[in-house]
Parts: sequence; structure tokens; C-alpha cells
Amino acid sequence: MTALVRIPTVLRPAMGGDTSVTVEGSTVGEVLDHLTADHPDVKGQLLNSDGTLHRFLNVYVNDDDVRYLGGVDAPVTNGDEITLLPAVAGGSL
Amino acid sequence: MLTLTSVQRDNIVATCIRALPNEGCGLLLGTLEGMVSEVLPSPNVAESAKLYEIDSRVLLRAYRRSEEMGLSVIGVFHSHTHSEAYPSPTDVAQAPDPTWHYVLVSLRDVPSVIRSFHVTEGVVDEEQISIQPAGTENRAP
Repeated sequence: MTALVRIPTVLRPAMGGDTSVTVEGSTVGEVLDHLTADHPDVKGQLLNSDGTLHRFLNVYVNDDDVRYLGGVDAPVTNGDEITLLPAVAGGSL
Repeated sequence: MLTLTSVQRDNIVATCIRALPNEGCGLLLGTLEGMVSEVLPSPNVAESAKLYEIDSRVLLRAYRRSEEMGLSVIGVFHSHTHSEAYPSPTDVAQAPDPTWHYVLVSLRDVPSVIRSFHVTEGVVDEEQISIQPAGTENRAP
């Protein structure tokens, strides 16, 4: 399976400046593994050490948040578009 | 400088008041020069008086909409319910984009206070907010 991964602005400098890249994988986890194999500097911003998704990263397959599709086990089919967006959060603490 | 219309400013403040007792939040769509075209309120999925997090569905919709309209997601607003309108250590630690406008609304005092900041590698820099009359917001090309 091949998916188009859309890269957020804040990660582009560490990923060669591309706005999107084509990556193989049949699950979100496989796609992110292949992506971070090519760009190891960003691995810590995408995945935890146990391979789960980073708390402050939103990952979507097409229009769906993968938290509701099984996380890194969410299936990817040919031509899917995967969007990575850092969570927007903060607070008065 | 961040440019808002009076209606957009009122929308931001009203969103924050409606979210009480929790923090309110939302995203700003506009031009890279800081002219806001749309205010997109979001549920605070942190459901907290001391933390906020933009709903992931609102976040994706903001990026999709900005692309359709030839705009950018240029910032975020949120409220501090009992402290000043200044980025907290949590805000600074979670402000990754130096081009974004981080708008803070303090509901501690009446009337509420609204301020805007850039955060660059942990350094907070306040910017001016220009309030324009209603109806003058930037329209997408």
C-alpha cells in the first residue's frame, strides 16, 4: 500500500522541506516507521519509545482521526492521504 | 501585528466566556501578514479550567478550509480564567510555531483583557492588536 503523507510546517525543516511524501505501509504504524526511517530526527515527535503515537500529534487517515480507528494499527489502503498535525494545546498552569 | 475586526474580537471573548468554568479556545485563519479572516471556536477537549486542547476535528477542518480559501492557520486563542493574559510556562512549552499568533484572553478582570504574542524558541514577544470596524475583515482571494 502507498499513502500520501502531508507534512506539517513545523516538521518540514527536519524532513527536507517537503510538504508531502509518498510512503509505503498497510497500517499507520508501518507508514510512520518507514517515514521516520528516512527522517530519524523527527521520530521522537511522532512516536513514543513503545511505538504508540505521541500524545501531542494528531494523525488522520483521510478525514478521520486515527485515535478512533485503532491508533498505529489503523489500516491504510492504497491512495489514502495521511495528515500529521501537531496538537494545539496549552493552559494557565 | 494582529488585525481583528471588533466582531472577531467579540467572538473570541464570547467563546471564552461560554466555556467557563473551563478555558475556551479556537483557531485563527488569515493571511501571513496577521490579518484574521475567520475565527474558528473549538471545544476544549481538555475540559479543564487550567488547560486547553483544540478538538482534532476542528484542527483538521481549519487546515482544510484554509487551503480551500487560500489562507493559512495563523494562530490560536485561549483564555486564562483566573490569571493574566500572558503565556504560561505550559503555553510557551507547547507553542512550536514562531510564525503563529498566540492570543490570550484573561477573564480575571472585567472587562476582559485580550493580548497577542509570538513565541520563538521559548522567548515571548508581545505584539500589537489592531481592532478594525466590523465588516472590514480580509476576504479570501
